[in-house]
Amino acid sequence: MAPWIQTVISQLAQTLLVVLLAPAMLGWVNQCRAWLQNRTGPGVLQPYRVLGKLFHKDAVLAHTASPIFRIAPYIQFGCMVLAASIIPVIEADLLLSPAADVIALVGIFALARVFSSLAAMDIGTAFGSLGARREMLVSSLSEPALLMVFFTPLLIAQSTSLTAIADALAHRQFALYPSLAFAAVAFVMVLLAENARIPVDNPTTHLELTMIHEALVLEYSARHLALIEWATAMKLTIYCALGIALFMPWGLAAAADWRGVPLAVVALAAKLVVAGAGIALLETVSAKMRIFRAPEFLGMAFLLAVLGMLIFLLLGA
Amino acid sequence: MFPAGVLPLDVVLGVVLYWFGLGLAGLARPGSLRFVSRVLFPLSVAGSTVLAIAGIAAVPGQPDTVVLVLGLPDLPFHVRLDALSAFFVALLGFATTGISLFCVGYFRHGQGTSPGLLCLQYHVFLAAMVLVLVADDGYLFMVAWETMALSSYFLVIASHRIPEIRRAGFLYLLLAHIGAIAILLAFGVMHGAGGDYTFDAMRASEPPLFWASATFMLALFGFGAKAGLLPLHVWLPEAHPAAPSPVSALMSGVMLKTAIYGLLRVSFDLLAYQVWWWGVVALVLGLLTALYGVMFAAVQTDMKRLLAYSSIENIGVIVAGIGLALIFRTYDNPHLATLALVATLYHCVNHACFKSLLFLGTGSVLHATRERSLGKLGGLIRNMPWVASLTLVGALAIAGLPPLNGFVSEWLLLQAFLFAPGLPNPYLNMLVPLGSAALVLAAALSAYVMVKFYGVIFLGQPREPALADAHDAGGWERAGLVWLAAACVLLGLLPLPVIQLMDYVTLPLTQFAIGDTAGRAGWFLLAPVSADRASYGPLIFLLGIAGAVLVTFVLVRKVYHGRIRRAAPWDCGYPAQTPRMQDTAEGFGQPIKQIFEPFFRIRRHVPTPFDAQPYYAATTEDRLWHWLYLPIAQLNQRIAAWVSVLQHGRIYLYLLYSFATLIALLLFVN
Repeated sequence: MAPWIQTVISQLAQTLLVVLLAPAMLGWVNQCRAWLQNRTGPGVLQPYRVLGKLFHKDAVLAHTASPIFRIAPYIQFGCMVLAASIIPVIEADLLLSPAADVIALVGIFALARVFSSLAAMDIGTAFGSLGARREMLVSSLSEPALLMVFFTPLLIAQSTSLTAIADALAHRQFALYPSLAFAAVAFVMVLLAENARIPVDNPTTHLELTMIHEALVLEYSARHLALIEWATAMKLTIYCALGIALFMPWGLAAAADWRGVPLAVVALAAKLVVAGAGIALLETVSAKMRIFRAPEFLGMAFLLAVLGMLIFLLLGA
Repeated sequence: MFPAGVLPLDVVLGVVLYWFGLGLAGLARPGSLRFVSRVLFPLSVAGSTVLAIAGIAAVPGQPDTVVLVLGLPDLPFHVRLDALSAFFVALLGFATTGISLFCVGYFRHGQGTSPGLLCLQYHVFLAAMVLVLVADDGYLFMVAWETMALSSYFLVIASHRIPEIRRAGFLYLLLAHIGAIAILLAFGVMHGAGGDYTFDAMRASEPPLFWASATFMLALFGFGAKAGLLPLHVWLPEAHPAAPSPVSALMSGVMLKTAIYGLLRVSFDLLAYQVWWWGVVALVLGLLTALYGVMFAAVQTDMKRLLAYSSIENIGVIVAGIGLALIFRTYDNPHLATLALVATLYHCVNHACFKSLLFLGTGSVLHATRERSLGKLGGLIRNMPWVASLTLVGALAIAGLPPLNGFVSEWLLLQAFLFAPGLPNPYLNMLVPLGSAALVLAAALSAYVMVKFYGVIFLGQPREPALADAHDAGGWERAGLVWLAAACVLLGLLPLPVIQLMDYVTLPLTQFAIGDTAGRAGWFLLAPVSADRASYGPLIFLLGIAGAVLVTFVLVRKVYHGRIRRAAPWDCGYPAQTPRMQDTAEGFGQPIKQIFEPFFRIRRHVPTPFDAQPYYAATTEDRLWHWLYLPIAQLNQRIAAWVSVLQHGRIYLYLLYSFATLIALLLFVN
C-alpha cells in the first residue's frame, strides 16, 4: 500500500473512532453517575438510542427561526469532527494535525460555541439569550485558563503542535514533572467548566435558573438537537483524549506502525474508562455552584496553571 | 503594472493631487447630492484602487525619495516611499476602496454639512493621511498630521446642529492637539542640535540614552493619543457615535493605523537604537488598553460606542505586539521580533478590514432604522439579509475565530508570546507568558462582545414595531461591504502571500524576514518558526469543517429525512411573551459588569416602594474621567480663575499692563 493511502486510512479511522465512540463515552459517564447515586442506570448505550429517536422525529422550528438557527448544529458538529481529526488519540502523527495546533484547537471550540450562542439568540426568547450570555461568560474565562494549562507542556516540548507535544511527553524519561501535576489539576477544572458539567453547569438540569447549556438548546428538537447532543458528547471525549495526550500519553502508536495500534486502542479505552469514572465521581461529590462563583472557580484553575508554569521556569521540571 | 518610467511614488502623489481635485470639484455644486455621490465618489474609488496597487507594487521596491517644490523657502517638503510607508499606503488604498464604494450610496440629504463641503473634507482627509505616510521630514509630517486632524474634526461634526456632536468633536480636537504637541516635541528632541528636520538627519543622529527614551515616551504619548491608547482613549467612544458611519469607518479603520505607522517609524526607524524597557512599557500599556477596551465594549448599549471601545481593544493588541517586538529586538532575537512585528502589521490590516466593515454595517442599520441604541433593535436578519450576513463575517473575524483573518494575527502574536521564555531576563520570562493570558482573555471577551453586538442587532425578534419597515442596503452599500468582507475571508485563508510581502517591510526594521520559513511547509500551511514548532493551515481548516458539515448534512438527509414543522417558540408555559422580554444590551453585559465591577463607575437609580412613578436606571462610566480628566479640568479652571483677576475688560488697564511689561523688559535687558 502506498504510504499516503495508509495515512489517509489511519486519519479516517481515528476520526470515525472518536465520532462513533463519543456517545458511548457520555453513556459511560452517566452510567457511573447512576451507580454512584445508587441508581441502576440506563446503560452505556442509552445515548445511541436517544440519538436514534431524535433523528427519526420531525424537526420543529420556531416561526422566527433564521438560517443561522438551522445551520448552527451542523457547524458545531463539523467543528467537533475537525477537532477529533487533529488530536492524538491512537497515534500522534496524523494527516490533518499540521493544519491546527493547540491554539487553533481552542479556536475550533470557540467557533462552535459562538455559533451555538448566536443560534440561541436567534429565536428571541428570554432563555436563549440568557444561556448565550452565560455560556460566553464561562468560556471567556476558561479560555485563558486553558491556554495557561497548555503552556507547561508546550514549554517542555518547545512546540505548540499537538503531535510534537504528545511525542515529547510520551518519549521523555519517566520523570515526574511537578509542573505538569498543577497543569493537570487546572485542566480538569477547565474540562468540567467547558463541558457544562457540575459544579459549573448541570447537564441534566431543567431548572431554568441554573441552566447554561440546556438554555442554549431549549428551542432545538429532532435532528438538530441530535447533532448538538452528539457534538457535546464528542467535545467531552475530545477533552478527555486531550488530557490523556497531555498528561498520560504512554501507549500512543508510532506513525505508520500497525502493530502498535491494538495496544494503543486498548490503552486508550482503559484510560477513557478511568477518565469517565473520574468525571462521574467529581460530579457526584461536588455541588452545583452559583453562576457568579464560576469566575472564582476558573480563576483558581488559571492560578494553578500559572503556578505550574512558574514551577517549570524556576525548577526546570 | 504602470507605464515605464512612472514610479509608484509618482502615482501616490498623483492620487493625492487627484483627491484634492475631487474635493474642490465638490465645491462646484455644493448642494447637489446627486453630483457628489454619483459622480465624485465613484471617481474617488478609482483613486483608492490605484493607490492600493501602487502601494503593493512599491513594497518590494527600493525606497524612492522626492523633494517637492512646496513648503517654506529653504524648508521644502521631503517625500519618501519605502516598504513601511508603501505597506500602509496599500492598506489605506485597500480599505478606502470599500469605504468610498459604500459612500456612493450612503449620504442622504439632511441637516448639517452640505454634500459638496463633506466631499471636500473627506478627500482632504484621505489625501492628508497619504501625506502622513509618505512624509520624510518632521515639517511635512506635522503639516499633514494637523490637516488630517482638522479635516477629520470637521467630518465628525458633520451634523453640527446637535450639541452633543459638537462637544464630542471638541473633545476629539483637544486630544488630537495634545497628542500633536507630544509628537512635535519628539521630533524636536530627535533633530538635536542640527536643526535639520529631515528624517535622514534624525536617523543619522544618535541621541544619548535619556533623550532617546524621552523621544520614545513622547512618541508613545502623542501617537497613543491618536490611536486611543489608555488613558488617552476617551475621545474615541464620543467621536465615533457622533460621526457619520463611513467617517467612523475611515477614522477607526485607517486613521488609527497612521498613528501606529508613526509609532513604528519613530521607534524602529528614526531612533538609532532601542532599550528593552520601552518594549515593556508598550507591552503593559497595550495589554491594559486591550482589556480595558473590551470590558467597556461589553457593557455598551450604543452600537457605535461599542465598536469604538472594540477599536481601543484592537489598538491595545497592536501596541502590545509592538512592545513585544521591541523586547525581542533589544534582546537580540530577530526571529521572534520579526514574528511579533508581522503579527502587529497583520493585525493592522485585519482591523482596517473588519472594523471598517462593522462600522459601515452599523451605517446601513442606522439608515434602515434611525436607531443607534441596541435596546431598540433586533431581528434585522430577516429584513436585511445582505447587511446581516456580511456583518456576520466581520463579527466572526473580529472575534478572532478561525478560519477568518482575526485569528491569523492573534495566532501569530500568541506564537511570539509563547516562545518568549529564553529571554535573558528571568522576570520578563515569567511576565511575558502572563501577557499572553491577558491577550487571550481580551480575545475571548471580544467574542463575548461580538455575540452581543450581532445577536442583539440582527437576531431575535424586533424590539420595536417600526423595525418591520427596515429595508436592506442598496447596491453601492452592498458593494462596499462585500469588498471588505471578501478581504476578511481572503486574509484569513491565504495569509502566506501577505506575510511574504511583509518581509520587505520587516527587513529594514529588524534585519530579518520570516516569509521563507513561514512558507517552507507548503503554500497552504503557515509555520512562522518551523514546521515542528507550530503550523496552521486555514484552508485545510475550512475544507475540513465544510467537508464534515456537507457529509453530515447529506448523511442525515439520506439515512433519515429533512422534514420540518413550523410552530411558535416554546414559551415555558407563559403565553403572554412579548419581544421586550428578550435580553437587552444591558442584560447581556450584566455579568461582565458584575465580575469586573471595580473597573466601572456605576450609578444606579433604584426605585423605592413609595415612588409614584418608579423607574430603574443604571449608567456605567469610565473611572478615568473622574480620576484623571476632571481633576485636570478643575485645575485648569482654577488657574483660569486666578488669571481672570487681571481681566476687567477695560482698555486702560490693558494699556497699563503693556506699559508695565515694556518697562520690566527694558529693565531686564539693561
